[in-house]
Amino acid sequence: METISVDVRFINPFIRSVHNVFKTMCRLEPRVGKPYVKVSEEPYADVSGVIGFSGDASGSIVLTFMFDAASKIATAFAGVPITPEHRDFADAIGELANMVAGNAKKEFGEGLSISISLPNVIVGSHHAISPSKSHSIIIVPCETDMGSFNVEVSMVMEKKSVAAKAQPVGAAV
Amino acid sequence: MKVMLVDDSRTIRNIQRNVLSQLGYTDIVEAGDGVEALARMAEGMPELMLIDWNMPNMDGITLVRKIRETNKTIPLIMVTTEAEKTRVIEAIKAGVNNYCIKPFTVESLGEKINQTLGKATAAATA
Ligand SMILES: [Mg+2]
Repeated sequence: METISVDVRFINPFIRSVHNVFKTMCRLEPRVGKPYVKVSEEPYADVSGVIGFSGDASGSIVLTFMFDAASKIATAFAGVPITPEHRDFADAIGELANMVAGNAKKEFGEGLSISISLPNVIVGSHHAISPSKSHSIIIVPCETDMGSFNVEVSMVMEKKSVAAKAQPVGAAV
Repeated sequence: MKVMLVDDSRTIRNIQRNVLSQLGYTDIVEAGDGVEALARMAEGMPELMLIDWNMPNMDGITLVRKIRETNKTIPLIMVTTEAEKTRVIEAIKAGVNNYCIKPFTVESLGEKINQTLGKATAAATA
């Protein structure tokens, strides 16, 4: 039995950032469920907006949606109807992921230098994002009036910051 | 007054376009990255630019530095999800007149635009 250690310092900034971004840009108030460690390919997604982090902390966050919620949320963001066929569908999901990532990273710690990548968006019915052996993924489930989505966080602290506290999250695999 | 929107997200450019049209600005050009912005500027100088930080080909901070090499007066507003103090300072040193953090409300972006143009007008008439 092996316990995955997760730096929980990374989770709360993402939760605050999700609230901030969805409230300001989509007029939605996400209700956040209990975060848990991803142990299989599930849950599957139809749309994933991916942002990578590099520098003093590295890893990625992925916003994952099913098509229905993605369309409704993208529509609320853009202010015009955005179906999965619309040319701005992936753009809207990618920019939401960009804002969630950017706003979270300022809270990771004073004096840390962290860069974010440009958004990558995966669109495909029921695709899987697999957890790797070395990096655990924490899933933060979010519910809104326009449907649910998940924030999949996989972050590792590169620089030993004084404030950094790695705590084991109770998952044994 | 011609305004240029520089952001790799078309969704963000559309939202900014709506904010600007509510403020009465409808002469708008768009660019998806710094390289495209410089090309558009060569075709005709805008009187205000909104510039994103994270973009492909040439990012916003590089674009700001390039613009300021030859033009010290055009009002530039950085509109970005980069929110750390160090980034804001870096952008101000590079020569931006104002800084708007994404996510933004229609009101907050409108206020930054008015603020920036007001200051620029005051400086020009001083
Ligand atoms: Mg961008």
